[in-house]
Amino acid sequence: MAFDEYQKREFKQVGKRVRRPDGVDKVTGRAMYGADATAPGMLWARILRSPHAHARIRSIDTSAAMALKGVRAVLTGADLPDQEDVFIRDVQNNCMAKDKVLYDGHAVAAVAAVDIATAKAALKLIKVDYEILPHVTDVDKAMAPGAPVVLDGRSLESVPAGMSANVTEHAEFGHGDLGAGFAKADMVLERSYKTPTAHQGYIEPHAALASVTSDGKAELWCCTQGQFYVRTLCAAIMGMEASQLRVTASEIGGGFGGKTTVFIEPVALALARKAGRPVKLVMNRDEVFRATGPTVHSSMDVKIGMTKDGRITAAEAKLRYSGGAFPSGTHSFGAQAAFAAYDLAAVRSYSWNVLTNRPKEAAYRAPGAPQAIYAVEATIDELCQHFGLDPLDVRLKNAARKGTKSSYGPTFPDIGLVATLEAAKAHPHYSAPLEPGQGRGISCGFWFNFGGNSCVSLNINTDGTVGVTEGNPDIGGSRASISLMAAEELGIDYDRVRTIVADTSSLGYNDVTDGSRVTFAVGLATIKAARDAVRVMCERAAKIWGIDADAVEWKDGAAVPAGPNAGKFPPMTLAEIAAVSFETGGPIAGHHEVNVDGAGVSFGVHIVDIEVDKETGATKVLRYTVFQDAGKAVHPSYVEGQMQGGAVQGIGWALNEEYIYGEDGRLQNPTFLDYRVPVASDLPMIDTVILEIPNPGHPYGVRGVGETGIVPPLAAITNAVCRSAGVRMHELPMSPPRVLKALSA
Amino acid sequence: MKSIPVSTTINGDPYEFLCAPDETLLDVLRNRLGLTGAKEGCGTGDCGACSVTLNGRLVCSCLVLGAEAGGAEITTIEGMADGDELHPLQRHFIDGAALQCGVCTPGILVAAKALLDKNPDPTDEELRYWLAGNLCRCTGYDKIIRAVQAAAAEMRGA
Repeated sequence: MAFDEYQKREFKQVGKRVRRPDGVDKVTGRAMYGADATAPGMLWARILRSPHAHARIRSIDTSAAMALKGVRAVLTGADLPDQEDVFIRDVQNNCMAKDKVLYDGHAVAAVAAVDIATAKAALKLIKVDYEILPHVTDVDKAMAPGAPVVLDGRSLESVPAGMSANVTEHAEFGHGDLGAGFAKADMVLERSYKTPTAHQGYIEPHAALASVTSDGKAELWCCTQGQFYVRTLCAAIMGMEASQLRVTASEIGGGFGGKTTVFIEPVALALARKAGRPVKLVMNRDEVFRATGPTVHSSMDVKIGMTKDGRITAAEAKLRYSGGAFPSGTHSFGAQAAFAAYDLAAVRSYSWNVLTNRPKEAAYRAPGAPQAIYAVEATIDELCQHFGLDPLDVRLKNAARKGTKSSYGPTFPDIGLVATLEAAKAHPHYSAPLEPGQGRGISCGFWFNFGGNSCVSLNINTDGTVGVTEGNPDIGGSRASISLMAAEELGIDYDRVRTIVADTSSLGYNDVTDGSRVTFAVGLATIKAARDAVRVMCERAAKIWGIDADAVEWKDGAAVPAGPNAGKFPPMTLAEIAAVSFETGGPIAGHHEVNVDGAGVSFGVHIVDIEVDKETGATKVLRYTVFQDAGKAVHPSYVEGQMQGGAVQGIGWALNEEYIYGEDGRLQNPTFLDYRVPVASDLPMIDTVILEIPNPGHPYGVRGVGETGIVPPLAAITNAVCRSAGVRMHELPMSPPRVLKALSA
Repeated sequence: MKSIPVSTTINGDPYEFLCAPDETLLDVLRNRLGLTGAKEGCGTGDCGACSVTLNGRLVCSCLVLGAEAGGAEITTIEGMADGDELHPLQRHFIDGAALQCGVCTPGILVAAKALLDKNPDPTDEELRYWLAGNLCRCTGYDKIIRAVQAAAAEMRGA
């Protein structure tokens, strides 16, 4: 059973703020990221991208580029196979357009040459004949009758008849009688909201180094959140067997969901195969913005009924998400997450995905949840203001708890929302006085958290140290947390364990580093691999002592006889058993392979104080506190880091970050100068309070912590701006011009 | 375009290289000299991941031409530790969990050291404005500010 894993225990290693094993490499410049690798005879590649939002490719003439001295391969969509599988076809067409370009920046051709300058020069010699088509970049316009159709024939059966061909999917969740619920309310508030496309903004652009030999074997080095999934996609696109393609994940310079799929990796492989030499392909920042996987943009309607004492009687959300030019399922996460924080008798959420001429969205930290929960939490706040109620009290009154039938179906086991709200209410921040002109806002946040396929090998070395081999790129300290859990279970010190991230040929399949799954699911597999090794070590001790293996147990890092009847033997430590392992049966290892269930949902509450400058419209964040249920915080510093980093990404989304498209359908701000992420001088310290309500689905009670933190800032800051400036904003970002406009309205 | 021969000093060691007239110092460091600690996050001077010092001045090496390095003294992240002895900034970044993915870390360390060389006791506000040209997307800067201040305090005491 998934939810009976947890056993209360006193921790000796878990919970320590240890040094991460990759720390020295990363502070000395030695760590190898995607763009840092080279290979003998390596070529450099560049990609030609569409300047048009929507166009048919009539022809591509690559002859002049091919004739340029130093060019060794040119690739277009015609070089890639026709894929039968629709999903693989979409992935491939997103990496390299075949018949149509679907967004500004869509790849149309690629060149591999002896150096970057030659590759760039060759791109200018490629002639693409485009037939420009009408485009649409706004979700509401794309849903309207007569809108330009991005891709035809892609609507699933769930989409109601009569909708625009751009609507590809529909989902609906909820229970209860909405009409009866709204009838019981003292006030029913209906509001509409919009959120822009935001980008994950990882500092490291995508990079790949590919080599394909004439006997059909291939090596791929790339920055990714999931080398095994990269292998799956690239093998399908390249028509290769998985065993022939070894993918090694480099150190990863941020991902936040944006490196969960492929963009340039199949292109690098195809060029390498064509050229017969290794090929390095690195995106620049302009390409990252225009042609990777930012978020959906959304248009949403929320309707909530509340009694004058703050009880929500019914709630409804309609979410129109656009995941860009290819079908996307993220709308469904939004519909499921929208009301997850509340115990509601009548609730319904509806969502649609709509195609637009924008890059295909990829995951970004709690994908789909920030938008929907922003709309819900802002509407609830407006009702609190209307009735003069304390916003935390209203959340507490309606909070989901153990036994609540959630708005998306499941009944919650132990969850931490009430404890998190109570911690926020009791915190000095919530009662601290505000200066005139300052405003305080709060919001709840939620993310499901994932489990998934996980495979771990744990080797007991003969010197008494331990090597853990896992398959998930370390995005924020996971090697340290996995080592801590292995050390805890084995009863040895953290410094005796080294965890490495394996390539795809060295370990079984591991799902992508996403859904906040690694510390939870890979951690669970690590603990069970350690238990497997403990079982072997107990057998070895039993053999040495000449007693039954059943009569040996593991205590404080050593095998001991289980009870007085087992015999009297001094404990044998892990190091002692390991030292004689060659004489007792050979090397000792533990393994665990599992598709992990039982991920524990994570709730958070944020409190923010801000001040709006009414002359400039600029919002200054003055104080910020994050409260979040981590289950068990394995490495508290990195748990805090996730909470702080998520909060600041949410602050950026709330106040400044947005994709701005011109009338021509081109992205107008594909630079860090114009797509403005928060910088150090924009921010105060981000205070954190970790709650530890054990997840019953993990042996140590771990939940995921990576994603929930980005959810609350959008509404918390909206609610604070309203209290500071007296204007209720219904669209993000609340950038200075937009706030000024609202102030003068 | 004809390549330009350049003689320079990097982290105290002499280097000679040929580069194209339009080649950036960052590309020279990374692609010609194997010093890949400086990262290209944007190529437009907005992210600071390529920070190095040029004759003591903090610069984005993506905005400097390789040819401009002639006769200069350059320091990069590779020169910050003294052999096996980490610089206090490096040590406090590890101890204080001031890095997550770590890709901005070299640039932030180089930038922070350049500040502490001039101002050993910065206020948090001075530090935040100094580091405003170094983007970090993982940490929210909280632990970076704390780590730099902890290192500064240790260095003042030493």
